[in-house]
Amino acid sequence: MHIPDGFINGATSAGFGVAAAGGVGAALRQTGKYLSERQVPLAGLVAAFVFAAQMVNFPVVSGMSGHLLGGVLAAVLVGPWAGFVVVAVVLLVQGIFFADGGLSALGLNIVNLGFIGAVGGYAIYRALLRALPKNQRGVIVSAGIAAGIAVPLAALGFVIQYAIGGTVDISMGTVLTAMLGTHVLIGIGEGIITAFVIAAVVRSRPDLVYGAPQYTGVRTEVLS
Amino acid sequence: MAGGHVHALYRHGESALHGLLPQTKIAAAFLFVFAVVATPREAFWAFGSYAFILIGLAAYAGLGIKFVATRMIVEIPFVIASLAFPFIAGGDKVTVLGIQLSQSGLWDMWNVLAKATLGLLTSIVLAGTTEIPNMLKGLDALRVPRVITAIMGFMIRYLDVVLGEFRRMRVAMRSRGHDPKWLGHARPYAASAGAIFVRSYERGERVYLAMASRGYAGHMPRSTIEPAPATQWLGVLAVPMFAWLIVALAWWSL
Repeated sequence: MHIPDGFINGATSAGFGVAAAGGVGAALRQTGKYLSERQVPLAGLVAAFVFAAQMVNFPVVSGMSGHLLGGVLAAVLVGPWAGFVVVAVVLLVQGIFFADGGLSALGLNIVNLGFIGAVGGYAIYRALLRALPKNQRGVIVSAGIAAGIAVPLAALGFVIQYAIGGTVDISMGTVLTAMLGTHVLIGIGEGIITAFVIAAVVRSRPDLVYGAPQYTGVRTEVLS
Repeated sequence: MAGGHVHALYRHGESALHGLLPQTKIAAAFLFVFAVVATPREAFWAFGSYAFILIGLAAYAGLGIKFVATRMIVEIPFVIASLAFPFIAGGDKVTVLGIQLSQSGLWDMWNVLAKATLGLLTSIVLAGTTEIPNMLKGLDALRVPRVITAIMGFMIRYLDVVLGEFRRMRVAMRSRGHDPKWLGHARPYAASAGAIFVRSYERGERVYLAMASRGYAGHMPRSTIEPAPATQWLGVLAVPMFAWLIVALAWWSL
């Protein structure tokens, strides 16, 4: 569920819109070094994959289902900056074509799910991988935990936006508890699913996984 | 969730709204939504005017009630969430049908629902009257980086293909007796998602190679951007400008 119009006031939404545009611009400069001609169709297909994965529900408990957000998944698979670009494109398409997430809230959503979710989540992934063995298991576990943490972190992004420009008279404490409470649970699902998906890819094609030590493409940063 | 048929988002028509250059419509939609968001919640007449404008445009473009209603389904989870506001917001209480409700919570619910619904209607009118390639051209004309619009184009083009693979995989699992009940049963789903990622990636490479063999050298041939004449800009932007006039009036009359 993306932030709709009207939840955060106009000035804050516009401010985050500018920040998101700047962030995407910076990500493009980062990826420009390797998001070459070859990568444009690829990024499009990865975006289609993330969008499709978000549309397909998986079971949580009997009768209830959830879906993937995919920030860390995209970042580990194609790199943090390309992952950010992919998530931003997914949100743009959802907002403009599918009316999912408000047009005025696009910047808010891109900052939360793209910047915090993908770039922030990837930073957590790298930190975990440094501590864990650099084998397949280490990659899978790090990705799962990072995805699990990134979801409540993105929810925290919303809480900060709400603190700056929320239009609803609900106390910060209540918003924080409600958002974190639900998103810790969502994060558990996200972490498990992300780990399973990464496991499936890293076992068959580890050379495609940007965040895995066996990656054969060009990285924008050095894996320590 | 709603199906992923991107072509179902556009409603073919011959109205003047369909014929406008996309960049003017996109800019107008964003400006209009920001006007809606900036409107004080007490100004019922302002929201009424916005609704009148949007419904008028939708009717003029021949979008049809069924089309608009189907597209509004995305709002339902949010409507349910906002119904909680009167119960959890602070401030003075009012008693409605014997239930204590927060006065400001009721205002919040109205404010958020009205603005979210109007924003949604704006998006529906925009997407309903603008064909996908034109929308991308419009974004190009508005100086959205070409890499972004190119990725958007590829994404939309292959979305149905990727979604179709997910569906087929599901049908295959179900027909073999897979009946997921809780998160622990999600592993086959995730494994198939992983397989679909590998396929999507390889498809991306294949698409690139096919394009390279047709002479692709890193840039799509520049689709000619048709600059919108000033009169059209003025005519289309008059709608959000009118909305901003309403905003000014609404704040002034508070």
